[in-house]
Amino acid sequence: MNEGDSIPELKVTPDRFLPHRYAGASGDFNPIHIDKEFATQVGLPSNILHGLYSMALVARANVAAAGGDPRSLKRLSVQFRGMGLPEQEIVVSGTVKSVEGDRVVIDTRAEQSGKAIIKNAEAEVTA
Amino acid sequence: MFPGAPAPGSIHCRAVPVDTTAKGKTYPPYEYEVGREKIREYAQAVEEDSPIYFDRQAAKAAGFRDVPAPPMFAVVYSGGAIGPPMFDPEVGIDFALLVHGGQEFVWGEPVCSGDTISTTVEVKDIHEKMGMGFYVFESVSANQEGQEVVRGTWTNIVRSGGG
Repeated sequence: MNEGDSIPELKVTPDRFLPHRYAGASGDFNPIHIDKEFATQVGLPSNILHGLYSMALVARANVAAAGGDPRSLKRLSVQFRGMGLPEQEIVVSGTVKSVEGDRVVIDTRAEQSGKAIIKNAEAEVTA
Repeated sequence: MFPGAPAPGSIHCRAVPVDTTAKGKTYPPYEYEVGREKIREYAQAVEEDSPIYFDRQAAKAAGFRDVPAPPMFAVVYSGGAIGPPMFDPEVGIDFALLVHGGQEFVWGEPVCSGDTISTTVEVKDIHEKMGMGFYVFESVSANQEGQEVVRGTWTNIVRSGGG
């Protein structure tokens, strides 16, 4: 990987029940993620994705870019923005920011319909 | 995870009163035993498809002691340590206005099925910026050998009450 290179895009469309599976897997049962009625009552367009689920997709994209070994991901820092919705495609993209020895820093973002749901994500991987 | 985030320019001037006395406070360690089936459940939820997360032989062939946890499984074993400071009245987070603003993990030794992970949390910072309250927690997780497996920085933002 060289400075300015794009990493392969990761595209995932979480199905309607993904937030329920992620709630079970992670233990985060906040009703804004799994109860559409509750979510709309508090002013959200629908039940929304867990931010840490979207962060897991960003982690996957960076591990894949580094060759697929999870041990190559050393650091990941993200800011959550907007809200992710089920049944809409998520696109994770990234650009190599710097390369120092075997340490590569990748600027990453996750978008849905062109709007950022994760921005200013910075991953450090070994390659 | 930014429900109801204020639109640009809509942030009200009334500041969120933050009490910084809990800065530096720590909590008793939270222990979590990592199981192979929990790793499988998590890996399926985030659609990891590498056989190392599902098949012990594949994991061993790749040099792991046992089935490894995907990196973001960190939220599963360290998340339980974040509850006490989140709900600590001394920290004083207003849940109605809470958003998860940012997250960082720095990984060390890989976590595998069979590990016991112990996580301690410190209230790293509480401050006010642009009328919002920032509550930053740092978690440090170590395995049964005392090796650090992950260090997490959890940034929670309490929006202005819109007064």
